[in-house]
Amino acid sequence: MAQPTPRANTLFTPFNVVTGIILLIGGIVTILRFTKGLGAVTNLDDNNPWGIWIGFDLLCGVALAAGGYVTCAACYIFGLKKFRVAVRPAILTALLGYALVVLALHYDVGRPWRLPFPIFFSQGTSSLLFEVALCVFLYLSVLFLEFTPAAFEWLHWKRARYIIGKISLVLVIFGIILSTLHQSSLGALFLIVPSKLHPLWHSGYLAVYFFISSIFAGMAMVIFEHAIVDRFLHDEIDEEHDIESNNVALGFAKAASFLMMGYLMIQVIGIAIDNDWHHLGTRWGLWYLVEMVGFVGLPAVVYAIGVREQNIKLLQWTSGWVVLGIILNRLNVSLVAFNWQLPLDQRYFPNFPEIMTTVFIVTIGVVLFKWIATRMPVLHVHPDYPDDH
Amino acid sequence: MGITRRQFFGWMSAAIGSQVAFRPNANAAPGKQFTGYDGSMGVLHDIYRCIGCRKCEAACNQVNDLPRPDRPFDDLAVLKENRRPHADTYTIVNKFDIPGRQLPVYVKKQCNHCMEPACVSACFVKALKKTPTGAVEYDASLCVGCRYCMIACPFNIPAYEYDNPLTPEITKCTLCQPRIEKGQLPGCVEICPKEALTFGTREELIEIARQRIRNFPDRYIDHIYGEHEMGGTSWLYISPAPFAGLDMREDLGTTPAPALTSGALAAVPVVVSLWIVFITGVYAISKRKEQMAETDKQAAVDDVRKTEQDKLNQTVITLREKAKTDQEAAIKREVKKALEEAAKQAAQTDTDDSSSAQQSSDSTHPGKQEKE
Repeated sequence: MAQPTPRANTLFTPFNVVTGIILLIGGIVTILRFTKGLGAVTNLDDNNPWGIWIGFDLLCGVALAAGGYVTCAACYIFGLKKFRVAVRPAILTALLGYALVVLALHYDVGRPWRLPFPIFFSQGTSSLLFEVALCVFLYLSVLFLEFTPAAFEWLHWKRARYIIGKISLVLVIFGIILSTLHQSSLGALFLIVPSKLHPLWHSGYLAVYFFISSIFAGMAMVIFEHAIVDRFLHDEIDEEHDIESNNVALGFAKAASFLMMGYLMIQVIGIAIDNDWHHLGTRWGLWYLVEMVGFVGLPAVVYAIGVREQNIKLLQWTSGWVVLGIILNRLNVSLVAFNWQLPLDQRYFPNFPEIMTTVFIVTIGVVLFKWIATRMPVLHVHPDYPDDH
Repeated sequence: MGITRRQFFGWMSAAIGSQVAFRPNANAAPGKQFTGYDGSMGVLHDIYRCIGCRKCEAACNQVNDLPRPDRPFDDLAVLKENRRPHADTYTIVNKFDIPGRQLPVYVKKQCNHCMEPACVSACFVKALKKTPTGAVEYDASLCVGCRYCMIACPFNIPAYEYDNPLTPEITKCTLCQPRIEKGQLPGCVEICPKEALTFGTREELIEIARQRIRNFPDRYIDHIYGEHEMGGTSWLYISPAPFAGLDMREDLGTTPAPALTSGALAAVPVVVSLWIVFITGVYAISKRKEQMAETDKQAAVDDVRKTEQDKLNQTVITLREKAKTDQEAAIKREVKKALEEAAKQAAQTDTDDSSSAQQSSDSTHPGKQEKE
């Protein structure tokens, strides 16, 4: 306040300007959505009731937030204690990811204030969406509790920090179970539409596909995100994080490489069981092969090479590739291969406000991550709790 | 850990128990099949009889108090477009030109009121219900507007009020449930001038349909659409042309929609139960490994310490012995030296005084010992 000129200089950084524009557009779309309705801001119609707010914001958001439960499992259940440096960033990403999924749903569903209905008021237990809703609600609560230690340390609430530390193992176990259930259920949502989803993507194993792919999606996100954080928030990273993050990358990349090969195997089994081989020769088959070979098989091989050569840079780039593959898969299941039999003019493609809403929501996530990571002990250890992380 | 193992398992079994107890008939007993409510009502649409007059559309619009469309119902040019029900249109009639047939074929489209509806099983707030009378009812007071019913419907029927910002509803044919309760026919059935629509119990309608196919085998193909499709529907269709050419999919199969997801739902409590075992098991194993590693490390350290101690002891003993021998050697050397010196002295101070030499030898001895 005392020195207005330098302050004004720091406020108009490229990051802030771009963010400001996105938030402004997002605000306008928000007003339109809640005054004119979904019809005014989306390309949705009666044949295509779900667009990118479900296909990207919900399905990709949840899959890419899987790093939270995967890292917790690696560190606290499988006993890879040195992976603890990755735990807090992963939990923060997961918490923000899920919170933004719920935010996106407020735009998408007709009456967002009724979102608690399935949990507290009228339980449609025969629906897989009920399963998803219940698990996401519970897991968001778990993630919130799992993140509180960082906030308590920041606030110097020693008593609260002590209490939450005592139940952390229960939270971890609960989180893994809930994640297993809703990650798989998001795939199982599409079990009910064998007539609408292309046979190459529809399978009785959809739930397993979604669960397994969420594991390596989470691992890839942890590696990829560290690369980003290392570049833009380097000052927040302490020495332990700096060193151990490379070991996390090597460990997760190795595990992901195996998982992706296993995932390819069960995809082949799915095709064999439904006898969908003849579809591979069609254009849809080509697209399916692009996804499976180009975005699962190849990155799995490159991961293996990267681990052998101990090439962290290569692993980070490959992780970006894997993340793109997961996005491709979720969009294929929910949008591209969904309604594949409809003529082209009845198919869905997102419009500008829809895309901007998604960009707006992702931007909120980035801003919040930056705000929290520059204040709370996420990328570094709090001096009062050197060993208790 | 802050909680005991017993408490933890107590909570978890409570969680699983509630999962199992509150899940009514997720997958009914095998061998038992739901074939619809006894005496539930439906409509038979005889496509052969339909002339495409759109009177049913008008009646539907009227009895449901829907907004007037831009183009009037007597404008038959609309029939050329391939239409589907929308937010303010619960039913439509589409026209199809069939190769090899002179006259076009008209097909009415609306909610088929499935016996085991996909939309009902997909709704996560029970806003959709299959009533024993046959209608699939929608309760807007529960609906969140997630549109999963629209995704799930194999016939692409439910529509949504996309232009309603805050209170959008799902809309679809109600089978005129309110009219049925008053003892009236559904609006479309009542107005149809060609009796292309017949209202009755589903069993009766199937019987009528079979009879018509039997009596006029050249008029109809031998297929009652809706008798088995997706586990059966309350609306039934007989047609002079294959249904696939009438925008009615013949590849839907006979499995009712809920059966497609019951397996995944049934897996939920199993996953919960086994995951608890698996996760706590892995945790226990890694903890145990840690302990074992710690014990092994301790044992190794002890072992090393013992070996080193033994070695040290051995060295001390050797050193001590060496010191002892050195000492003895030194004494001997000194004694010898003293003797030699004494002998030399004796030789120097003449040989007559031998007793003085003896004396000097005695006095040097204790002195040397003290020094050492």
